[in-house]
Amino acid sequence: MPDTVKLEVFRYRPEGEGEPLYETFEVPYRDEWMVLDALNQIKDHQDGTLSYRWACRMGVCGSCGMTVNGEPVLTCATYLEPFLPGPIRVEPLHGFPVIRDLVGDLEDFVGKLQRVKPWIIREEERSPSEGEYLQTPEEMDAYKRYSMCINCMLCYAACPIYELEPGFIGPAAIALAQRYNLDSRDEGARERHEVLAEHEGVWSCTFVGECSIVCPKDVDPAGAIQRYKVDATLDFFRSLVTPGRSP
Amino acid sequence: METVHHDVLVIGGGGAGLRAAIAVAEADPRLTVGVASKVYPMRSHTVSAEGGAAAVIRPDDSLDEHAYDTISGGDWLCDQDAVEVFVQEAPEEMLRLEHWGCPWGRNPDGRIATRPFGGMKLERTWYAADKTGFHLLHTLYQTSLRFPSISFHDEWFVVDLLVDKGRCHGAVAIELASGKIVALIARSVVLCTGGGGRIYPFTTNANIKTGDGMAFAYRAGVPLKDMEFIQYHPTGLPFTGILITEATRGEGGWLVNKDGYRYLQDYDLGTPEPKPVKRSMELGPRDRLSQAFVGEEEKGRTVTTQWGEVVHLDIRHLGEKLIDERLPFVRELCRKYQKIDPVRELIPVRPVVHYMMGGVHTDIDGATPVAGLFAAGEVACVSINGANRLGSNSLTELLVFGARAGRRAVREAGDAPDRPPDAALTQALDMERQIHGNLLRPAEKGERVATIREEMQTSLEAHAGIYREEEGLTTARDKLQELRDRMAGVTLDDTSLTFNTELLHYLEVRNLLDVAEAVVHSALNREESRGSHQRRDFPERNDDRFLAHSLVRRSVEGEPEVELLPVTITRWEPAERVYGK
Repeated sequence: MPDTVKLEVFRYRPEGEGEPLYETFEVPYRDEWMVLDALNQIKDHQDGTLSYRWACRMGVCGSCGMTVNGEPVLTCATYLEPFLPGPIRVEPLHGFPVIRDLVGDLEDFVGKLQRVKPWIIREEERSPSEGEYLQTPEEMDAYKRYSMCINCMLCYAACPIYELEPGFIGPAAIALAQRYNLDSRDEGARERHEVLAEHEGVWSCTFVGECSIVCPKDVDPAGAIQRYKVDATLDFFRSLVTPGRSP
Repeated sequence: METVHHDVLVIGGGGAGLRAAIAVAEADPRLTVGVASKVYPMRSHTVSAEGGAAAVIRPDDSLDEHAYDTISGGDWLCDQDAVEVFVQEAPEEMLRLEHWGCPWGRNPDGRIATRPFGGMKLERTWYAADKTGFHLLHTLYQTSLRFPSISFHDEWFVVDLLVDKGRCHGAVAIELASGKIVALIARSVVLCTGGGGRIYPFTTNANIKTGDGMAFAYRAGVPLKDMEFIQYHPTGLPFTGILITEATRGEGGWLVNKDGYRYLQDYDLGTPEPKPVKRSMELGPRDRLSQAFVGEEEKGRTVTTQWGEVVHLDIRHLGEKLIDERLPFVRELCRKYQKIDPVRELIPVRPVVHYMMGGVHTDIDGATPVAGLFAAGEVACVSINGANRLGSNSLTELLVFGARAGRRAVREAGDAPDRPPDAALTQALDMERQIHGNLLRPAEKGERVATIREEMQTSLEAHAGIYREEEGLTTARDKLQELRDRMAGVTLDDTSLTFNTELLHYLEVRNLLDVAEAVVHSALNREESRGSHQRRDFPERNDDRFLAHSLVRRSVEGEPEVELLPVTITRWEPAERVYGK
């Protein structure tokens, strides 16, 4: 094993130097180190100006997504080892405006998340004193997978549609809409339909499937989108044969 | 200077902060709520909680049993009136989360399922597999998006509170993306910034757990309570410090030493049985289990690895099916971060700093001695956790007391003046000058902030760990003073206004040093051993002198002063803590 490894890190600061560039750093190599550990070594011991996000370093907070040798990954869960002998190229997630260095602008996602109404909608809300809404383990299985999304944005970075059509609601937000649509406690599918069925909703997706490949939590947003398209289509035909029911 | 006004300002967007914000929105939708968080709310450390949240729901359980387990688990340092409120409101809060969509584990009939946890006499821990904190946080965040009165200042770092004549009027924050400094003015302010586990080098805590709110309060003259009580979780992965949930033991996992021996039987924690027995052996409380590890280490019965001494957590006998169903995250973490599969291999573990029982001194509504300032969650000390928190009480705590603090903040918002006094705005301008004028001005190269942080962490680990004594604590106290002095010579490489994380780290280390000072001074003052605070030089619990909370505050001269406040006892007289019987 080598003693050190080189990282080529994307640098951009809007003030001052202007143009983005790649800067090479040499860090100690350790078998147990992730890409994030190498970035922290640079930040703490070589160059305090390097900017990036991280928090839990256990793959659940979703902060540290970056592009490593071309692939969107969580850097806290990506070992240096498979990239030896290097150099390893570290860039921000593709598809987002860069604020600085490895930090992308996520405001677009937050707005889209809110638009799909990711909360339980019911005609009648029961008070907690009336006890839990019953839900069998099988009913939970219907939506559980889609509830595992950590909002890490790797799926947006991988999605070729989002890159071309920034209005696209996108994989994670649609998966989260489906997480609620498929929850037996929820009655809000119709309200979410307006957003999901519009042009920039599910129909933008051409089922490339990259989102599900890069998802670190096995959420399968591509599956969620496909399933919604089928449901929406069936709903449309049902509306033709059932008077008084609108899609 | 730009100012932004809210009726209620919540600082921190984790579980407690979001619950408080929703409580305000529900209590009075006309009040505007601002949530200022240094990370996007779903990144907050609540997300990392694994095992579950406790609340009485089974017909064979009772509120008194939950209260007793909590009080004895806390070595009789909990305020019993607070515990009574806590256990009573817990089930309703947990059901409310269920109504908001939290995917709690279910029995086949569709009702809430529970699992056993350390120090609890019955199965009363609700769980969402072993990602309970993740589901709880995302449920709260997504639900909070429903309320038009709640607005978010994501990635705004609060620098300090604005306090004048015993009333809090808001806070000063940096918008990270632009470097802009803004005065956030509010009628009520709720601190929900979590703990400060990052005063130690080896911790389950995220990088962001830098005790910010504790330091704000301390600098504003609010006492910090019971700061010497630091919880070491007995089962962290070596090197990374990643938590392996207590639910592994609740489901039946064993702790074994290098001889494959279930060593907890030698530490007055009961006798080994093949199946888990509540309040016994592996289901003893965290403080006692972490102390037992040190005992094994001293007897030379731990396993030596490249990451130091470990013992083994064995869950192989639970079988792949149960592990995948109840403990999928444990398997994922072990595979990814330790390169082992716990279905077939032993998990190496060692105690790791996990939680601060102490925090900002509040009453049972989250109110602090400063008018208009409230606190809830790990940042606060109500106190329900006493000298040792029981696993699965903290998630419930942030719901119960987040909601209470939010409602109290609403009730008191009317008492605030319509515009803040000039003195508060002057403080804000001073802070802006200090940051833009001093810290971000190019300077001769001095020390790196990371050096200060590393030396602080090393000192705390060495002298304020599982076992303490006067000599070491004095060394740590002096070291902290030296580091505070050296902070003046720290310079930043980064003078940019755009997303300046080095400036953020500098301000965080300043907070960590304040928190560490409070911990060490409180630990020095408590000349007894209780719960997680074990003094080699005072090995016994001493109820005559110390059945009392430590309150540490900074005097006008800037020196920490510790005083004692008697514990509130309602129905449970102090007794010996008994496990395994």
